Amino acid sequence: MIPGAFDYHRPASLGEAITLANELGDDARVLAGGHSLIPMMKLRMAVPEHLIDLADIDDLKGIDERDGTLQIGAMTSQAEIIGSGLLAERCPILRETAEQIADPQIRNVGTIGGNVANGDPGNDMPALMQALNASYALTGAGGTREVPARNFYEAAYFTALEPGEVLSAIHIPIPPAGHGYAYEKQKRKVGDYATAAAAVLLTMEGGVCTSASIALTNVGDTPLFAEAAGAALVGSAFDEGAVGAAVSAAEAIASPAEDGRGPVDFRTRVAGVMVRRAIGRAASRAR
Amino acid sequence: MSKMHVKMTVNGKPQEALAEPRTLLIHFLREELNLTGPHIGCDTGHCGACTVDLNGKSVKSCTMFVAQANGADVTTIEGIAAPDGTLHAIQDAFREHHGLQCGFCTPGMITRAYRLLQENPSPSEEEIRVGISGNLCRCTGYQNIVKSISAAAETMAASREAAE
Repeated sequence: MIPGAFDYHRPASLGEAITLANELGDDARVLAGGHSLIPMMKLRMAVPEHLIDLADIDDLKGIDERDGTLQIGAMTSQAEIIGSGLLAERCPILRETAEQIADPQIRNVGTIGGNVANGDPGNDMPALMQALNASYALTGAGGTREVPARNFYEAAYFTALEPGEVLSAIHIPIPPAGHGYAYEKQKRKVGDYATAAAAVLLTMEGGVCTSASIALTNVGDTPLFAEAAGAALVGSAFDEGAVGAAVSAAEAIASPAEDGRGPVDFRTRVAGVMVRRAIGRAASRAR
Repeated sequence: MSKMHVKMTVNGKPQEALAEPRTLLIHFLREELNLTGPHIGCDTGHCGACTVDLNGKSVKSCTMFVAQANGADVTTIEGIAAPDGTLHAIQDAFREHHGLQCGFCTPGMITRAYRLLQENPSPSEEEIRVGISGNLCRCTGYQNIVKSISAAAETMAASREAAE
């Protein structure tokens, strides 16, 4: 499979990339790791005339902590997320999720910025970012604006990203020390998108849930922040009544497509099972 | 849509060519440089038969434009054995432990194992299975591939100890 022809640009700075993106307009796409875009180009479902490769832009790399917030550069690879000691200590669900994405070769090249910016409902990081209440820095000709992950996704492949803007960084408020977390994903095989997956973060005090945040992957046109499911847990000791209510609330907002991963009812129930398992594992990890 | 000048080091040798940016790295290696060891299996980034080592990391060369690899240091299966033809310990182990049947996935498997054993010189069976999860084999059932990689790790550890 041969992609359509394009002109290749490799700017050395973010400013240069944004100038190019604005000059070239709709004919251009930015290229991060390319592991979503290149397969689409090989199928000729995407035929950009220009590619703006972000690989040489140092400002888009690196993982830092500042004032209780983690900043992850958009060009950070999934392998770098897995290898980061800082993330393992402050926000280990990032590693747990990244390890469930594709395979080692793809994680070496695929980036977190590409994963969240592309708007593919099958990608795992967007729901996690919603559960973490992360925000995205979108940099354009007029400067940088922050958009919360919970407001970013509009429909499959449609996001709040405007033409000429580049998603430059991800900002994650560091969850409280001792929080419980789990990302549960059911997939048919390595490299598959989720049949359904759930991200859960929670805090506990004296055996009682004091906060909970839940989001779902690949059971809708966008990642789904399951606000009511999280709320159902708060104040409970994770008794069956509360957990069952959270599962029901998550299933109520799931609207997966019927595809090779199963019919609608099945995938909806799998979403519920993933939520139940993730709650159990997160609660067992909370201190 | 002009051609671009591409330079990279492949198996220790500097290479230069003109190529369209859309050329996939696997096509550049196979058709421009005549390195037909890396294979095109699924052509969709799943099977890993096209795996090469790029700047010290395993990548799938069917899902990368040659433009992205411009300036890179690439190792293919042709660069794994010693220049005099002496097989690498991993290649020996695949032969010894029947780590292949039809052989189609083998260049990718060995190139991936080559990097895996540098990332983790003494992997458990589970770590080997996770480490090669991006490489599909439709013949062996993986059992002998895992055995081969495990045996290679032991051989390589023994020769490191002998050298110390």
